[in-house]
Amino acid sequence: MKKTIPLLITFVVGLALILAIFIPPEPFHTMNREFSVYFDIIAVFAFILGGGNLIRVHGNKISRKKKDYKYSFVTLLGFFVTLFVGLLKIGGPPGIQGEVMASGSWFLFIFNAILTPLTATMFALLAFYVASASFRAFRAKTTEATILLLAGFIILLGRTFFGYYITSWLPDSLSFLEIPNLANWIMAWPNTAGQRAIVIGISLGVAATSLRIILGIERSYLGSGE
Amino acid sequence: MPLLERLQTLDRRIIFLFIGLSVLVPLLFPITFPEHPSPIVTAIYDGIESLPERSIVLMPFDYDPSTAPELDPMATSLMRHCMTRNLRVCTMALWPEGQGMANNIMSIVVEREFPDKVYGEDYVNLGYKAGAQGLINTLLLSMRSMYTTDAAGTPVDEIPLMKNIHTLRDFAFIMNLSAGRPGTKEWIQFAGDPGDIPIASGSTAVQAPLMYPYYPSQMVGMMGGLKGAAEYEALLVKGYPQFKNSSAVATGLMAPQAFAHLVIMVFIIIGNIIFFVERRQKDR
Amino acid sequence: MNLSPLELTINGILTLMILSFLYKDNPFYKFAEHLFVGVSAAYWMVQGVWQTLMPNLIARIFPGAVSSFLPDAVGKSPDYYFLIPAAFGLLLLTRLLPKGNWLSRWALAFVVGYAAGTNFVRYLQSDFVAQIRSTMVPLVVLKDSGGLDLGQSFSHLVLIVGVLSGLVYFFFSKEHKGTTGRISRVGIWILMVTFGASFGYTVMARISLLLGRMQSLRDWVEHLIGLF
Repeated sequence: MKKTIPLLITFVVGLALILAIFIPPEPFHTMNREFSVYFDIIAVFAFILGGGNLIRVHGNKISRKKKDYKYSFVTLLGFFVTLFVGLLKIGGPPGIQGEVMASGSWFLFIFNAILTPLTATMFALLAFYVASASFRAFRAKTTEATILLLAGFIILLGRTFFGYYITSWLPDSLSFLEIPNLANWIMAWPNTAGQRAIVIGISLGVAATSLRIILGIERSYLGSGE
Repeated sequence: MPLLERLQTLDRRIIFLFIGLSVLVPLLFPITFPEHPSPIVTAIYDGIESLPERSIVLMPFDYDPSTAPELDPMATSLMRHCMTRNLRVCTMALWPEGQGMANNIMSIVVEREFPDKVYGEDYVNLGYKAGAQGLINTLLLSMRSMYTTDAAGTPVDEIPLMKNIHTLRDFAFIMNLSAGRPGTKEWIQFAGDPGDIPIASGSTAVQAPLMYPYYPSQMVGMMGGLKGAAEYEALLVKGYPQFKNSSAVATGLMAPQAFAHLVIMVFIIIGNIIFFVERRQKDR
Repeated sequence: MNLSPLELTINGILTLMILSFLYKDNPFYKFAEHLFVGVSAAYWMVQGVWQTLMPNLIARIFPGAVSSFLPDAVGKSPDYYFLIPAAFGLLLLTRLLPKGNWLSRWALAFVVGYAAGTNFVRYLQSDFVAQIRSTMVPLVVLKDSGGLDLGQSFSHLVLIVGVLSGLVYFFFSKEHKGTTGRISRVGIWILMVTFGASFGYTVMARISLLLGRMQSLRDWVEHLIGLF
């Protein structure tokens, strides 16, 4: 019951979707479409699950007065205020009938004033850490590391105007050695070759894992125990 | 303390300061340099130029504010290009934040620069739907199975632009703006390849190298990062000189970008000098 | 993005709060970080509810209940087939319960089965067959005038050798010795160029994001200066 039914569901859904590609007529066409719609709808419940989990984790932190528990109040306050404002579409011109992100809505205000700077600055911080990490760890210790470093430098230079000015004196017959052209060539050929080898490897891995899942050989997603 | 030792124990905050200044100073004293479009970016421009007037382009906004500095200039240029060429644009999003990003571009580009364009006839925002690659798979079979309304709740059947759009195959071109997954890779796997629909991508620089294996057979072209956006701006200005002043956001940012690259390279070189000097000292 | 003065100010303050982490971990950063977690989780939920749950599920099962604010539901009759995804969705939420959370496996099984079924075909089509086809390029490329196009021929050679040697490097069933070892070494070099390119592009991306933040701060400072 606890494992047999999930394995059966996985088998039926997975097999139906594979068959739908090779046998497009009914009932597989409808199964493909309906299962896709069901999948999209279930995905929303994952967001709700995420919200519920957030309340549970931070509620626990507060009730047990764990380290930094006071900041959990900030998380929960931010969560509930955004949820309240968004679900009731407060401030939007047509109210509950309009778009949730309508101009003038409080939800849009939260998006512009709070979510945007927080998410953008979190990622912008990485610029500083990339620089610091490169200074400390990017060493031409071996042939491989030197190749990596050279390719990185050509790309870094080739993607800016410095690259043009450094090698713009080269005659036309040697224009392929201009740094921007070298950067373009690296991206189009060796980079494509390396990425393609990785992509082909991953595709085989995904296909094998998918088959193992559908056939019930791979069951780790069901968790341990009965 | 000798210089070498000082550099070895350099406080990371000094590096942070240099990076901050390398970006900030050129930003305060703007300079621009001419851009030289690469073939992979030019392919998108040519792709849009080759579309017949009134063709419908799908523009999925699969990014959030964290990558807006790279992708907003691309979206702006593409929207300008499509509107100038009298193409119709339908936007949607696989990312929840993408709906807000699309609204923003529509308000600053279409509503301001092309006031004669009519919502619902010339452009429409279908908004966000959950499901990622599952959603693309659904839309390839039936748009209305998921998009029953646009972002504002207007029934799709009442929107003139959507009249003949039943599946993704009915779009002439998919111009994806992508910051990761779900994004361009999923659009190629679940729409472009099975539906034989031309796809181009505006990718963040982090994602761009990963997309090269799909070019040119599975992906028409790609703008990679701010540089790609600047190249597209240059192409747009060349083709449509009326955008000379407005189409320069990414181009204007390429100078600070270049200086920051230079600072990082200098730090890497210093790091390597320290390494080689140290190694020589150890060998002795 | 055009922001109101209030939006610009909150935007600027929160940006500085996060950037303060560069000096060291501090209460301002922690405040902003925790606010980010709460607001983004709710943002996703709200978008999910209004953009998908309401129009694609509730409006189909109970059109009468939502027709006052969802025009698309007006006059529609209930479609009870949608009780199936609703049931799966609710089963997924049982994960939050202290008892009976094993029921969420049923919903998870659907999601995993769907992903496995679609990925199996799509990955093989786009990332395996199509990639091999794109690698089958001529090693000898002729110019329109008839002569050998040395540059293009060399590029094609790099592509073919690069893909094959890269694949040999990833082939772990045979020990990388002798010829296999030499080919896999070429594979490593190609992969190093690939990673170098990725490094360059990653630096480019991070700097661009920082530029966006700096622009936002500059706008805020200009606004503040304008006030005086």
